Amino acid sequence: MFLSKTTSAFRVAACSAKLNAARSISTATPSTLTEAFSACQNANGNYEVTLIPGDGIGPEISRSVKHIFSAAKVPIEWDEVDVTPVLKDGKTAIPDEAIASVKKNTLALKGPLATPIGKGHVSLNLTLRRTFSLYANVRPCRSIAGFKTPYENVDTVLIRENTEGEYSGIEHEVIDGVVQSIKLITKEASERCARYAFTYASQVGRDRVTAVHKANIMKLSDGLFLDTCQQVAKEFPSIQFNDVLLDRACLHVGVGFWGAISGRRLWNVVISAHYMPAIHIHVYARPLYTRRLPPTHALHLPHPRQIVEDPSHYADTVMVMPNLYGDILSDMSAGLIGGLGLTPSGNIGREASIFEAVHGTAPDIAGQDKANPTALLLSAIMMLRHMRLYEHADNIEQAVLGTIAEGKTLTGDLGGKSTNTQYTAEIIKKLT
Amino acid sequence: MSSTSLPGTTESDPVALPLGELHEMVSGGVHSTPKKYGGKYTVTLIPGDGIGQETSSAVKTIFKAATVPVEWEQFDVSGYTTADDNTFKQSLESLRRNKVGLKGILYTPVSKLGHTSFNVIMRKDLDMYASISLVKNIPGHTARHNGVDFAIIRENTEGEYSGLEHQSYPGVVESLKIVTRAKTERIARFAFDFAIKNNRKKVTIIHKANIMCVWTGVPDILTLSHRYHRKLGDGLFLRTCRAIHEEYKHSGLEVNDMIVDNASMQMVSRPQQFDVLVMPNLYGTIMSNVGAALVGGPGIIPGCNIGREFAMFEPVSRCGGGGVGEAGGEGCRHVGKDIQGQNMANPTALILSSVMMLRHLNLDDYANRISNAVYKTVQLGRVISLTSSPSPFQHRTRDLGGNSTTTDFTLGVIANL
Repeated sequence: MFLSKTTSAFRVAACSAKLNAARSISTATPSTLTEAFSACQNANGNYEVTLIPGDGIGPEISRSVKHIFSAAKVPIEWDEVDVTPVLKDGKTAIPDEAIASVKKNTLALKGPLATPIGKGHVSLNLTLRRTFSLYANVRPCRSIAGFKTPYENVDTVLIRENTEGEYSGIEHEVIDGVVQSIKLITKEASERCARYAFTYASQVGRDRVTAVHKANIMKLSDGLFLDTCQQVAKEFPSIQFNDVLLDRACLHVGVGFWGAISGRRLWNVVISAHYMPAIHIHVYARPLYTRRLPPTHALHLPHPRQIVEDPSHYADTVMVMPNLYGDILSDMSAGLIGGLGLTPSGNIGREASIFEAVHGTAPDIAGQDKANPTALLLSAIMMLRHMRLYEHADNIEQAVLGTIAEGKTLTGDLGGKSTNTQYTAEIIKKLT
Repeated sequence: MSSTSLPGTTESDPVALPLGELHEMVSGGVHSTPKKYGGKYTVTLIPGDGIGQETSSAVKTIFKAATVPVEWEQFDVSGYTTADDNTFKQSLESLRRNKVGLKGILYTPVSKLGHTSFNVIMRKDLDMYASISLVKNIPGHTARHNGVDFAIIRENTEGEYSGLEHQSYPGVVESLKIVTRAKTERIARFAFDFAIKNNRKKVTIIHKANIMCVWTGVPDILTLSHRYHRKLGDGLFLRTCRAIHEEYKHSGLEVNDMIVDNASMQMVSRPQQFDVLVMPNLYGTIMSNVGAALVGGPGIIPGCNIGREFAMFEPVSRCGGGGVGEAGGEGCRHVGKDIQGQNMANPTALILSSVMMLRHLNLDDYANRISNAVYKTVQLGRVISLTSSPSPFQHRTRDLGGNSTTTDFTLGVIANL
């Protein structure tokens, strides 16, 4: 081993890969990997869920989620815990009670956490991710009616491998001024992430999974990720699989799908069009109607065949990708629909799943009843779907989206003048 | 030696140029300029795969019409076969001789057995360490955002594209990202020089060295354990760029830094805030494609790769390769395989890249004429509508919402020269 510093993360990964190397990829049952939710009801017939209110605006937005949930009569009892880190053997750790609670409930809802500054603290989010081996991060982004951005009809779902890749943390300075960072891709981690992507796709009714990669340059590492996805795809015959280069994914998602020309109309045109033979020099004197319409929108639109199969391209697929790409693309997609304040996020793990708001703690407006609880609410709705409480999820979702679409009672960040309390009350009013 | 016989070789005042004029200078004192023989420059031309032949013949036609003193040395390299190795080597030799080239995109296979990217080999072999792409609205073309005008400067020779990968155990692959101070220093200097030369005001360093603490301003890399994210590598990049900025303090350039995920979010929501961005290799791929998406697709984004000795001009959307999952690898996207040979590609990116090249060769007059003609052609082109009545000036290709052919567009540019 040429590395002088081999961190424990790498050793763990290498060991578990060794243990699993003998296991064929198809023998691991999906349930062991993805169904972390224990679905145990307590004596009152309710599910217990750990609530980590978080810092800054966290407590306020958690309160409004609790209000809305109790108004909607969701069968959940919250188990509120504090995760202010403690130092254990010189390392950052989450208090034991909090760990026990999440382990028991297998579910948690989490507000924003501030990472404490000082030597020896690893970010809390990372600690949580490690403690519960949260291997996949799910980030859906859908345009919200009533909040206008330059992009329309965004509807993406992105699943990010969360434990290795570029963020393996294996780095060292070989000599002064030369740093090596290792991007670690293992079959095991890629496999469980891919398998979750397929499971999730079938759960939410999307019929395609798209791997985003850069295997033309990183042939071995991204190649392994892609290969693994392809193998897992065979287990899910009802779901199609394709892959796309990172570049193209950025371009497509960033175009907000189709540049200045809006999607569907063009597709209809495109699908029915034929290829046109080479054009002669005098062609521009010809009237328009003798020309056939173009089969595709030049460079950045997909091939006509792909269009036929997949009219809205990313609206019916689940994108799955390694850590760094997911990190960047998920925030970019959030940018398309108006920022992190409107996007839910879920971390799926083997032992527990944590749903969270990914925005910051906004210490400047904390305690002033100005915060927007939408991201945490949407994450809570995602959690309800994870718990298969679909009716409650739909009910609350329509109330939230209805309130935003109406545009009368909005918080400051969405251009309104209402307080969090008013916004919450309005949502409760809209519950059915 | 450089074309002093030509008028107008001094850099024109950017303010006097029409909106959208491409006036970026990429060459400077540190770069050696190609020589002129018999009153002409010889330029290596690699049309590339996909739409390469069509777009480069558009460039050739326009250059001829504008009587640009450039002679081409063309090499039809293709990334689809390895049989082209010899042609590829010849093209590299030619590039070494001529010191300047114009290139389309070469396809790179996704397969493990496939060859390493020709595009990457070329940049590394000739040490063209900086990649520039210019993201700018084209006047007359309605994009999602207006007032976008920034340059992405990307380190080209190390980072994630080191090509150092190995399988340490079946199912466990390590891929090395290398960041060195020396290479970061030169890309940072390049970025600051570029910003000053082109009258730009701000340089944004893009990195993933989480996180500048909001309260104290103390970089996280100093206070937190280095076990998370890419604190050492990107930390070195960030620190080095900042140190180089000290040398440029007198220039009054504003410098800030941004974490790459935030930057990509900012780019889709408020792209106007960016001016010059400098970043490691992989982030460049992401940002330049997002940038291209903002203003109307890769068909209009010019770019170049430049080193101390060699410069190669090529459109930004430079990575080939497509879905291997699609029945037998249906082909690459960015090379435009799907519309190859159909006379519908938009040659704007390659033409604008060739304009950058002309400026590099100090042929500013020709550069201005051609870029004005291109912008005029796009501007006169019909504004997006597939159904409105035809006009004789429909010189826009499909990606910009018109329905001109490549030939049409080319003729339009020539007419506007």
